[in-house]
Formats: sequence, structure tokens, C-alpha cells
Amino acid sequence: MERQIDSEIRELKELILTMGGCVEKAIEEATQALILREPKRFAQVFEQEAKINELHIKVDETCVRIIARQGPLAADLRWIIASIKINTDLERMGDQAVNIAHNGARYLTEPPLKPLIDLPRMASEVRQMVRGCLDSFVRKDLILAEEVLSRDDVVDGYKNEIFDELRNYMIKDPLSVERSLNLILIARNLERIGDHATNISEDVIYALTGQDIRHGHVSLDEVHAQAGIPVGEHS
Amino acid sequence: MSKPQIELETRGLEAYFGDHRALHGISLQAEKFKLLALIGPSGCGKSTFIRCLNRLHEETPGAWAQGEVLLEGEPIYGKGVDPVSIRRKIGMVFQRPNPFPMMSIYENVASGLLLAGVKSRKELDPLVERSLKQAALWDEVKDQLKKPGTRLSGGQQQRLCIARALAVSPPVLLMDEPTSALDPISTARIEELLVELKKSVTVIMVTHNMQQAARISDQTAFFLMGEMVESGATEQIFTNPKDARTEQYITGRFG
Repeated sequence: MERQIDSEIRELKELILTMGGCVEKAIEEATQALILREPKRFAQVFEQEAKINELHIKVDETCVRIIARQGPLAADLRWIIASIKINTDLERMGDQAVNIAHNGARYLTEPPLKPLIDLPRMASEVRQMVRGCLDSFVRKDLILAEEVLSRDDVVDGYKNEIFDELRNYMIKDPLSVERSLNLILIARNLERIGDHATNISEDVIYALTGQDIRHGHVSLDEVHAQAGIPVGEHS
Repeated sequence: MSKPQIELETRGLEAYFGDHRALHGISLQAEKFKLLALIGPSGCGKSTFIRCLNRLHEETPGAWAQGEVLLEGEPIYGKGVDPVSIRRKIGMVFQRPNPFPMMSIYENVASGLLLAGVKSRKELDPLVERSLKQAALWDEVKDQLKKPGTRLSGGQQQRLCIARALAVSPPVLLMDEPTSALDPISTARIEELLVELKKSVTVIMVTHNMQQAARISDQTAFFLMGEMVESGATEQIFTNPKDARTEQYITGRFG
């Protein structure tokens, strides 16, 4: 027998997935517009952001309604709490995509500073993190969520390399400062998106296991050691 | 952190109705000045369990119990222990408010004291007042103590029953779904009262209301088919239960 709360949680999940789709699209358009030098595509980012903002409100309303009417407990409660937090992270990812669009649009008003090599790689890594955290949420997959966490170091590595490289450009050539700064800001925006994807994965792990791994509060080993975790179990 | 003080403890408690075993060896500890909630589907044995704790179970024809129940370390099923003296130390409040019908509010509260041998008004008056205050009923009834207890509202009657149970100063109070017959306002008042009461009394409460257990209890034990499946801190039971059956029950998948 399906409980009323099951259909409401399903509805919530669909909203979050739709929102996640918009976020993915916004990040894709923002980064591809920059990489392919197609500034017209930035408009897509703002369109997605408007949808994301609308869903942001809707997801919160749905969570409040479920808490008020269903009084969720145990795993139900953990999924609602995680959804509220995931909602915030998704909305901020959308904001970061908009920032990329602004910084990218400024960058594209001038000729290229250099061929973009690490930035597209970083963007691809970040997009995989976003996809991974959303998939882990949908499939209730602990392993997928953990994979996202491990990618965050890769993204941070790219960001540091990009910062170092552009710092050298700026030291050598004052005319490169404006463009270098724009690219540094974009790398920073991408890094923030990765951080939000990490947060989402941590929330998924909490919802699945009841363990809070943030700030090393509980280690992943302890999560694994806990009896009865549906590791990799898809439901 | 100091070790929790155990007020009441069962060890391998079994309860029977004739040949039928209703409780399969329950070992559970109730910490002093805490509220322990017992949850589980109808017929799981939680009411039978608390009725064993003050030896009320054996009053049912054919019913008997074995195993240990210790109140402050003393066995209540020990040889020569008078069940009546146990019930004075372990009070009970039932699902439906049951004030004694022919008695006034005052007489209801004083009844246990009279049985215990307190006779003079001088002694009775302050105890009745204290009990009614403890039960958060005094302000509402102090000018009508001679009125029959049955004239009060349902919520007030239940608080009167709590006052009656508290009059003999029991260290433990058992409650069998004390708010299931009450409206939300009366329920909220009883819940407030319980939170206040547990500063001086250990409370063990059966409830079918998950949110109630989550709101006011410190520890929760989940019963199923005469067994105790899981017990622990209430917060843990309601956010991250260890046993899949507990999870299924509290999220309404069965029961």
C-alpha cells in the first residue's frame, strides 16, 4: 500500500529533479558560451535562472506542506530535511551560473587572452559533479554520492592551476588584467558550484544513512561500518 | 558524564494469559526522572507490559508474569511483597479519565491518602492542594473542590486522575495512552504537565501518537508481537532507527 506521504515525496523529488535539470542546463550554456565564444547563448542562462527561482519557492512550499500535514519521521524526515538543503544549494548553483554568464560576457567583449585549456576541463569536471549529486539523490545511491566528494579535490586543483597561470599573465602584461580577472572569477564560480554539489552529496548521505559526514563529524569509514546501509542499492 | 540512574528495570519479563505468552522476555530500563515512551501496534504487548510494572496484570483471571521487575533495585515480584504497596509507589493513569463517580474532586484526590491511613483534614488539605497543583488543575478547581469529579471536562478529569495518582507521591507514574480520548488542547496541557512532572517523577507512557512520543519522551521503546524490537534515545529512534521494523512502524508502513 502506498502511503500519502510517498506520493508527496515523489512530487517533491520530481520538482527537485526539474530544478536540477535547469541548473545543469544553466551551467552548460554559461560554460559553452564562454568556451565556444557564442555570447548569445548567455541568454539561456537567465531563462533557466528564472525557472530555478520559481522552483526554489515551490520546493520549499512543498517541504513545509509535507512537514505540516504528514509529520514525517525517520527516513521520511531525513529526506525532507535534505531536500530543503539541496533546494538552497541548487538555487545558489543557478546564481553562480548567472555569475559565469556576466563574467563571461565581459570576457568575450575582448579578443581571447589565451586558448582556454584547463577551464573547459574544470567545467566538465564540475558538470559531472552536478550530474553525480543529482543522480545519487534520485537513485538513493551512496557510492555515487561519495564519488562526487572525491571529485571536489580535482576541481580545486584546476582552480589553483588556473589562478597561478593567470597571475603570471597579469604580472607580465597589464593589458591582460581585465580578462585574467574575468577568467579567475569564472574559475571561482565553477569552484563554488562544485562546493554546492559536495553539499548536496553530503545531504544525500545523511538522508540515506542518518550520518552527518560534514566537517569530518563522522568519517566515511564509519558510515560504511554502520550495519545495514543499503550500499549501492537503487530504489 | 555520570551514569544514568535507573529507577525501574525489567529483566526477561514474561507475561501470560493462561498458556498464551503475551510478552517474550522484555529487558528494559527506565531512567530516573525521564519519560520513557512505549510504542507499537495494537496487541503488541505494551499495555500488558506496563500493567506488569505495578502488578496489575495478575488481577486479570488466568494472567500471570515471570521474570524480574526492579524498582530502585528492589524486586517487586519478590516473596512477601504486597501488590497494593507496589501500586502506591507506581501510580497509574488510564486511557479514559476515570474519576470515582460518587466522589467530589477533593475526595478523588484524597482517596489514596485515606487508604494509606492519612485521616486528618490538617494533613490531607495540603497534600490535596499540592497534588492538584502538580497536575496543573488547582487554579481551575480550587473554588469547587466539593463538586463531583465527573462534572469536569474530559481534559480536567484526566488531570484529576493524574492528581489522584500523584497524591501518594509515587516515584513512578505509568500512563496508558493518557491523551487518546482528549482533544488537542487538553492533550497539549497534559503533555506540558508531563514535561514538568518528570522533574520529580519517572514516567512510563504508552502512546499510539508518534508525534507525542517524539515531542515529550526522552527514551522510546518499540514493541512488536510481544517483543521489544528496539529502545534508545527518542531522537535516535525517530530520526535514525536501527531496526527496519521500527522504521516501518514509525513511518506508518504498518501497524
